[in-house]
Amino acid sequence: MTIKFNRRKFVQSAGLITAASVLTTPSLVLGATKKVVVIGGGTGGATAAKYLRLADPSIEVTLIEANKEYYTCFMSNLVLGGSKTLDSIKFGYSGLAGHGVKVVHDVVTGIDAAGKKVMTAGGNTFAYDRCIVSPGIDFHWDKIEGYDAKAAETVPHAWKAGSQTLALRKQLEAMNDGGTVVIAPPPNPFRCPPGPYERASQIAHYLKNNKPKSKVLILDPKTKFSKMGLFTQGWKDLYGYGTDNSMIEWRGAAQEAGVVKVDAASRTVTTQFGDEVKADVLNVIPAQKAGKIAFAAGLTNKKGWCPINLQTFESTIHKGIHVLGDASVAKGMPKSGYSANSQGKVCAAAVAAMLSGGDAPVPAYVNTCYSIVGADYGISVAAVYRLAADGSKITKMSGGLTATDASAETRRREAMYALSWFDNITNDIFG
Amino acid sequence: MKTKFIVTTALGLGLAVSLSIGAQADEPKTMSGASAEMLSNTCAGCHGANGASNGPATPSIGGLSKEYFIEVMEGFKTAETPSTIMTRIAKGYSSEEIKAMAGYFAAKKFTKAKQKFDAAQVKKGKKLHDKYCEKCHAENGQLSEDDSGILAGQWTPYLSATMADYVDGKREMTKKMKKKVNKLMEKEGDAGLTALNHFYASVK
Repeated sequence: MTIKFNRRKFVQSAGLITAASVLTTPSLVLGATKKVVVIGGGTGGATAAKYLRLADPSIEVTLIEANKEYYTCFMSNLVLGGSKTLDSIKFGYSGLAGHGVKVVHDVVTGIDAAGKKVMTAGGNTFAYDRCIVSPGIDFHWDKIEGYDAKAAETVPHAWKAGSQTLALRKQLEAMNDGGTVVIAPPPNPFRCPPGPYERASQIAHYLKNNKPKSKVLILDPKTKFSKMGLFTQGWKDLYGYGTDNSMIEWRGAAQEAGVVKVDAASRTVTTQFGDEVKADVLNVIPAQKAGKIAFAAGLTNKKGWCPINLQTFESTIHKGIHVLGDASVAKGMPKSGYSANSQGKVCAAAVAAMLSGGDAPVPAYVNTCYSIVGADYGISVAAVYRLAADGSKITKMSGGLTATDASAETRRREAMYALSWFDNITNDIFG
Repeated sequence: MKTKFIVTTALGLGLAVSLSIGAQADEPKTMSGASAEMLSNTCAGCHGANGASNGPATPSIGGLSKEYFIEVMEGFKTAETPSTIMTRIAKGYSSEEIKAMAGYFAAKKFTKAKQKFDAAQVKKGKKLHDKYCEKCHAENGQLSEDDSGILAGQWTPYLSATMADYVDGKREMTKKMKKKVNKLMEKEGDAGLTALNHFYASVK
């Protein structure tokens, strides 16, 4: 029986291989079709798909993305603050289609690295010569007691923009004046390091103009955070930070302020120290790891992120599969939208060259990350990077933060340039 | 053996010397020789694909003259030319890389921004442009030549910020420009600059 079964299975597999050979042989003979499947239509994936087509129009690029529309995580804090609408951060895929990218709306269930094919929930299989995976982040639902995917329906994380952003905004609108908004940022590493603090700023901005007796309390498991000096300066300038009437309070690791337990029904959190805090609006941003498909495809390391070659973004675990954006371990670069956009271009150039039998080009990367602290108040961090000669890390050549003592005019200009950055980068990604 | 040892040491020394010139001594050596396109692609996130900015404030850089691009980027590097963020970014590019990017963007077409303008202001602005600016910023501020930037169709919030820096003495003007700008400010003040912006927004 066993032998018979195995033989039959063998015959079936052989049949499949034969069928596949028949299908692919003509293109191999002509040498024409170079197939790339991009998984994930966020910042990294959409950029890579577009720039692949720009680099070499002979490459057949298929982008597989679950949703018809994408909401950028960047600038979603301004939806919470009220100066941007959810619609203004929504993007479709017609621009990519215009570049000749085949856009498929389906959910990828697995990648067969040896067989070079991608399987979807819709029952389709896509063959590739090279695959690019840009899955973004997923959450560790087991690190905070009482906070899981179900709890997130009433206590939003809003760390993937869209309905979660809207849910949090509605709760802020419904809150009475005098209420407390609690934000629980995640431990490192996570998507958009300045994000939770820009969020606190934007919520304070909304409250200042609408519910001035209210407060934002940040319960952070960390000792410090991104752009800390600039944020605290901004909070002093705009929200009375450090005074008795401050609209923002930050408690960090020194106070053992990290949230370890959530009671979603009463919106009460318990800190590491043991304090119980009841919030009127609660925003818990859980610890993070690479997006689901990265795990399903076996692309992750022990820490839950994807190790890669920093010149090509090819996985060091599975040849032929490239990983970029938040899910990748891009040593030296932060997990930001600009990083993913920059990596998408470097990866596309590498993949295009490799498919033509060439070497990946010398890369250049940039990150620019604006935060809007309040009306006419922007701050930024920027960095220009090159790859270390031995490929071991992405090295910062220049960059840094806005000066802490910059003039009001500089703050105004940075807010203005931040909004421009959004219009330009989204056009670069989806346009 | 002895010869080999000496050669190795010399190579080692040579490497150390080039390292300390190329970058700060404690930084590892990095790959160089990125293509103009690779380098220029890093700008698109803020300045738009092909350097055509979607605004509403970040300037378009596609179509700028090579000379102007190089002068401004080198000015950012030393912070002699003020900027919110470019003084931090420009330092990351060598003079050779800046030249390569200048060539890349100079070959692109300048895309005029679509902006609102007021007809009366445009009329006034046109007169002021002819009187004070046209000599260097020729063809109604459209021409990109030598060291002069493009004004027509540039994002006006950026033009305003740049003019403010010039007028406040934060950014150095050439002698010719200084003479003209001083006269313009004396006679017309900020209202003159506003009219000019309306005019530049209107040029088709």
